[in-house]
Order: sequence, then C-alpha cells, then structure tokens
Amino acid sequence: MDTIFTDLLSIGAGLAGERVAVEAASAGFKAICLSIVPPRRSHSSAAQGGMQASLGNCIKGDGDNPDVHFLDTVKGSDWGCDQEVARLFVDTAPKAVREMAFWGVPWNRVVAGKSTYYKGGKKYKKEELKEKEHLITARDFGGTAKWRTCYTSDGTGHTLLYTMDNKVVELGVVVHDRMEAIALIHDGETCFGAVARCLKTGKLIAYLAKVTLIATGGYGKIYRESTNAVINDGTGAIIALDTGIVPIGNPEAVQFHPTGIVPTNILVTEGCRGDGGTLLDVNNKRFMPEYEPEKEELASRDVVSRWMTHHIRKGLGVKSPYGDHLWLDIRHLGAKHIKTKLREVEEICNNFLGVDPITQLIPVRPAQHYSMGGVRTNKDGAVYNLNGLFAAGEASCWDMHGFNRLGGNSLAETVVAGKIVGEKIAEFLQGYEVSFNTSVVSDALKRQQERINDLISGKNGKENVYEILKEMQDELMDRVGIFKNSTDLQKAVDNLQEIYVKSTKVGLKSNGIGANPELGMALKIQGMVKLAICVSYAALQRTESRGCHAREDYDARNDRDWLNRTLATWQEGSILPTLNYEPATNIMELPPGDRGYGASKIIS
Amino acid sequence: MAPVKLSADMEKLQEKSMARNLKFNIFRFNPQERDYKPHTDTFFLEETDSMTLYIALTKIRAEHDSSLQFDFCCRAGICGACAMMINGRPDLACKTLTEELPDEITLMPLPVFKLIGDLSVDTGTWFRGINEKVGSWIHTTKKLNPDEEEEKMDNATAEEIYELERCIECGCCVASCGTANMRPDFMGATALNRIARFMLDPRDERTEHEYFEVVGTDEGIFGCMGLLACEDVCPKDLPLQDQLGILRRKMGWSAIKHLFKFKS
Repeated sequence: MDTIFTDLLSIGAGLAGERVAVEAASAGFKAICLSIVPPRRSHSSAAQGGMQASLGNCIKGDGDNPDVHFLDTVKGSDWGCDQEVARLFVDTAPKAVREMAFWGVPWNRVVAGKSTYYKGGKKYKKEELKEKEHLITARDFGGTAKWRTCYTSDGTGHTLLYTMDNKVVELGVVVHDRMEAIALIHDGETCFGAVARCLKTGKLIAYLAKVTLIATGGYGKIYRESTNAVINDGTGAIIALDTGIVPIGNPEAVQFHPTGIVPTNILVTEGCRGDGGTLLDVNNKRFMPEYEPEKEELASRDVVSRWMTHHIRKGLGVKSPYGDHLWLDIRHLGAKHIKTKLREVEEICNNFLGVDPITQLIPVRPAQHYSMGGVRTNKDGAVYNLNGLFAAGEASCWDMHGFNRLGGNSLAETVVAGKIVGEKIAEFLQGYEVSFNTSVVSDALKRQQERINDLISGKNGKENVYEILKEMQDELMDRVGIFKNSTDLQKAVDNLQEIYVKSTKVGLKSNGIGANPELGMALKIQGMVKLAICVSYAALQRTESRGCHAREDYDARNDRDWLNRTLATWQEGSILPTLNYEPATNIMELPPGDRGYGASKIIS
Repeated sequence: MAPVKLSADMEKLQEKSMARNLKFNIFRFNPQERDYKPHTDTFFLEETDSMTLYIALTKIRAEHDSSLQFDFCCRAGICGACAMMINGRPDLACKTLTEELPDEITLMPLPVFKLIGDLSVDTGTWFRGINEKVGSWIHTTKKLNPDEEEEKMDNATAEEIYELERCIECGCCVASCGTANMRPDFMGATALNRIARFMLDPRDERTEHEYFEVVGTDEGIFGCMGLLACEDVCPKDLPLQDQLGILRRKMGWSAIKHLFKFKS
C-alpha cells in the first residue's frame, strides 16, 4: 500500500483548494491537492458571471465600499449568515480581486465616456469617468445596491481557475488528479489525512498530512435537476459525516437558480438579467415588476425562483414536452453585447437548444444550483470537533451565505476564503508536529479495502447503484424543492430512509477492476443518501421560511425561534442525523430587518 | 368523441417518438485487467429528443454496461473533459447532439494521450507538463500591494487576452494534429496559443528572446506543418490559424535577429 506524506493535503483542486495550497506553498510548506478531474476541469470553471468586490470603479458602482457589500450579503442571507465572517469576507474581497489581476486574470476594464445600458428592457445612459479609465469594471447582479460584480466576459470562473492553476504550476504545488478521497483518517480527535482511490488504476493510497482541507465543492448531484457538474456529489460532506462527529452546517440551505435552460438544466448566467435581460411568460409579458416593483428581475435568486414557480403554478408558464417553463429575453441587448459579454450563453443556446439568443427567446426554469450548507467551520476555516481538519469554498459552511447566496459571492468566497483560511493554515502549521498512529492508518485502509471487496463480491446484496441514485434524486426533486411543506418533507424522509437501507445492500454488476466507474459510485451512494436525509430532515424541522428555505405551512421568517444554524451529525448505525443548533451569528452588526425584496412576514 | 387536436409541440414530440435506433460502436480496453484484449463493443439505444452523447453514454453505462469508462464533468461545453473521437473526428461529446450524427456512431478515445480505459484518456498529466514547459504564468519581478489601486489595463487588451485565454485544454487540437500524432514531444496548438496569450499580456515581462527559447524549436512553432486541423476542430473556435501564423513570423524574425547577433 502506498503512503504519501505532506504538510497540507487539499481534497479538491478547484479555486478554494488551490488558493489554500498556494498560500501554504508560499509559506514554505509542502502541499498536495487531490482532484477527481484534471484541476482545470473543476466546477469553479463553470461560474460565468463574475465575482463581487466593492472596488467602486465603474460609475454605477460609485460610492460602493465593503459596508454596502456587507449589507447586501447579510440581507441576501436573510440574516442566516455569520456576520463576523461576512465582514471578514467583504473587507478582503477587493484585495483578492487585485491579487487575481496581478496573477493574470484579464478582468474587463472601465472604458471612459458615454455609453448605454439596459435595465428591465429599458435603455439608459451612463458616463464612465476619465480618472477611472482602465481600472477593473463591474456589472449588475441580483440583490446588490451597486454594480459590483467584476468579470471577464461570461467566463470569469474559467479565467480565475486557469490563473490560479498557473500559480499552482509556478509554485510547484503537486496535484494528483483523478484521485478521489473516500475516507478521512482520524482517531476521533485529530485528522491525519485521507484514504484515496486512484481513478486511473483503482489502487488505494494513504495520504498522511498535518493539515487536511476539504474543498470538494457542493452536493447538487443529489438532486435530479441541477446546474452542477457531474462531479458535485458531495464527497467532502460525505467523508465528514462519516466521522460521526463533524457537523454539516445548514444542510437544508439549498439554492435554486432562476435560469437553468430547459431541458438540460445548464446554467445561463445571472449576468443575462444583470445586463438587462428580462423574464417573460406564456403571453410574452414581463411578470417580475408586478411581484417585485423595486428589484424586478434582479431580486435575490431565492425570491426570483419562487416567483417564477408561483407564476408557472398560476398557469402562465409555457407548455413543453419537458414540463412548463418561462422565457429569458436578452434579444434587446443586441448582437455586439451578446457576442462579447455573454458569449458562453450564446454558445450554450446554440449548441444545446438550437436557439439563437440574439433573435430568439431562451426557455428557462429554476434548477438546483448551490449548497450554502456544508462542512461547518469557524471563521479560520477550522472544522468543528476534529483537529487539523479545515474546509473552504462551497464544500464548507464558513457561513457568509446563510440561507441564500448572492450571485457573484461564490467565486468571491472561493478566492477570499482560500486566502484567509490559507493564511490561518500556514500559521497553524508553523512549528506544528503530529505523530501518526500507524494502527489508525492501517485500520482506515483495511476498512476501505473491505468495503470494496464486499461491493465486488456482493456480500451485502445485489442492489443496483444507479437505480438507487435515481430514486434518491427523484425524491429530493419531487418533495424537497423550491416550496416545501411538512407532509411532503415527512414523506421524503420516510422514503429516503428506505432508500438508505437499500443503499447498504449494493453489489456491483461489473467486476470492479481498475478505474471502474460503478465502484466509484457504489462507494459514495450511501453517503449521498445520508446527505439527502440530512437536507430533508433539517428542512422538516425548520418550521419557518428563511431565504431559500420556503415552507408553505410556515411562511414567516421566525427570528424569535429560528435565528440559528442547523448542525447535523450522523452516528454510525443510525438512519437519521442528530440535529443541534447554534446561534446564526455571535456578532450582530446588522440586526434582523426587512430585506427590501421578497414577501416580508417576520416573527421577531 | 371529438378528435383531440395536438399542439405543435406535441406533434413534434410524436414525430420524434418514431425514434431512430442508434448503433454505438465503442472502443473497449481496460489496461488494469490482465489478458484484456482491446476490442469494440456494440450497443443499441433508442434516440430521444435533444439527445446528446452525454445522455446516451450515461444511459449505456446505467442500463447496459456499468464498467464503461468515459469522462464528463460540466456537461455544458465549458470544462473540456469529454473530448473523444466521434465518427473519426475529435469533439466534445457533451455538446454533440445525436441528431447531427448518422444511425451508426463510432466512439474512440483521443489519440496522443495515454489511455486510462475505454474512452477515457489522461489529459491532466499531458497539460500539466505543457504548462510547466511553456511557463504558463505571468513572469514578473514586481511585487503586489493589494491595498493599492490595481495596475491599469486597456479594456481592448483585456478582451484580446481573454479571446486566447478561452482554451479549455480539451485536447481536440492535439488529437487532430499531424505532428503531434507522429512526435510525442510536439507541444501542439494549445501550447502555442498559450504562449501567444502571454506575449499579448503587458504584465508578463518575458522578452521575445525568452519566448523564442521556449517555442522557437521543432518541438514548438517550427514543428507545425501548417495542416491546421487544430483550427477546424477547436470546439471553442479559437483563432489558432492566425495565432500560429503570427507566432511563426515573430519567432522567425527572432531567429534571424538571434543569428545575426550570434555571428557579429
């Protein structure tokens, strides 16, 4: 059995994982990133629209500063976020965006002089200042008071990730790609690294590390209709839950993005609406101004997704063989704008829909998009209850997003948290020594090898892993969607528990030799179903509506009883998680109030 | 009972329901399995509306052969994971609609890259090597002060850089390249495009001569035979022909200058 030693082991090589590794390597530590795909294919690359940072360079961002960004972020979270973390985040975001510019991101820049822009289908004039010319510019995004989203066309995630991986190459940070962590190595107090399965050969490898970082992204693939990449199956949350002691924060905080295309659920960026695109119904009529007179199409994502669903339920959706949908209209932005600022959108529409967005409408409806919840950490990124374990990015619940993330705040979180947590890890590593108990390591390896042997031999049963996957995804989609109620949630929990029992009886149909994909899926299906139960059960218990968590039977935000964060752990042998709660925030810089958009029923 | 009038969408659906039966010939090899002989497996699938090769292959794996290896990630044509030979031509499988293909579809792994199994190849190791070789990062002696205003850049320059930055390292240009198929040390259009990207970037302090040291060889720009399949197959429509031409001209001049300096 191969054993590899390192100072920092980052499980994941997307933006957050690589940013942490860059920080550790710059401080002189040895860093290894594991990635299930070549690092530049990580899902960070798919983020299109941009990254929020309050530079205030463009005229529509004039007067912006971290305080305004803070207000937007806390309101966006529906007061579910940790305000100390949100403050740390907004103060660091401008530095992070400049750092990325210095490392090579070709941010779009301010062009001085008069120009026009669209808001809600109407044309307006603006004039950019000469003294700000050639500084980093920004576009409008949902739920923000200023134009704050810095961008490179609609390939912002791509340019950030390529620039970050360039830095990784420059610093000689080692990336073991096609290497999937399947369990953490720990003794109940300290984390010593992870057991990983090589996705080229199928071999197991023990990675021993002083610090282990979970940076595996979100868990959208537990849902059937998700904008997420096929790799976003929640590995990080799963191996954390498997410890029995590490909590998942707010698993029920799952975001639906308003504009997934129908039928493939590929995302078209919020930049479409930010740049002035509108939403239309079956009568080609705009409906958002009627629901949200102030923010219109640019209310926060949870709010827009709900109104879209509401409008479809009123019978005003467009009928299609794939169910009802609405239209996104960007035609009025013109060919030049679409071909320079929204080119991915144009390509996606051409390739997957046969639609030309310059002349035609784009069929859209909300699809699962983002996990605000994740492995709970403190403000330094240190995971609860296990020494030497950290988390960052979407995989974590650092918790600047609370119950709704603003567009442009996820890319920003990856590089900002990566920077902050990376610095904290470098501090932690200074003079830190750990002794590895070899019996803990060999036990962990033995346990994983046994799991693999049992799956191949069919010792526990012959259940089909792909059928279980589909059953779980259908359950979440049908009963734990945009609007929730106790009847459906209870049913989902009951059904998922049955599915969980089945998932313990999976046996392979194929022989499992080498980089066998069925074995890869079989190794995580139990964990995915556990995660699905955490999402449903925590949603059932939370008897209020906050951000993306919308209960038809409890439609008010209840600050009296629920201004808190769910902490879900999973005891071995159980079929339900244990839920505990902690205050949403210890520092209350902005007391709970009205968001300024969305229905505002508040119990205080 | 009165006949039900079908909506246009439903009619379209009904038309589609008289679906084609697609025949997939898929290359199989598992290097980890002893005595496994490379061969082709045949699968049949009924075509559905808007079916892509992502949908088709996922279905084949879930319903016919769970050991089938292939790579998908973003399934939106953004990440470059799923390049393969589709009826003899390299392209991204996720954005290839079956309706654009004949009834018989032959899928092979990309050449040049090391095979992992079936349709899956190791692009990660190859591209990391290339990125190290060309020094794919901003070379600068400056130090950053993140509290100061960022260095200015003309928006047109930023957009020109982005145009070349759009490469997704899918490997299609490498798989289609005559030189790369004959010579394992050839960098391919993707690497030359990357160099062109940094040459455009005012933040990179490398001189023309330093770039010449990297690509002014037969492994680099002078290995290109000018067949230009790279541009034809690039799924992101990168202007590879132009970039190769510009680079060849610049490096040619650089070589002459270098020669002149050397002799004098």
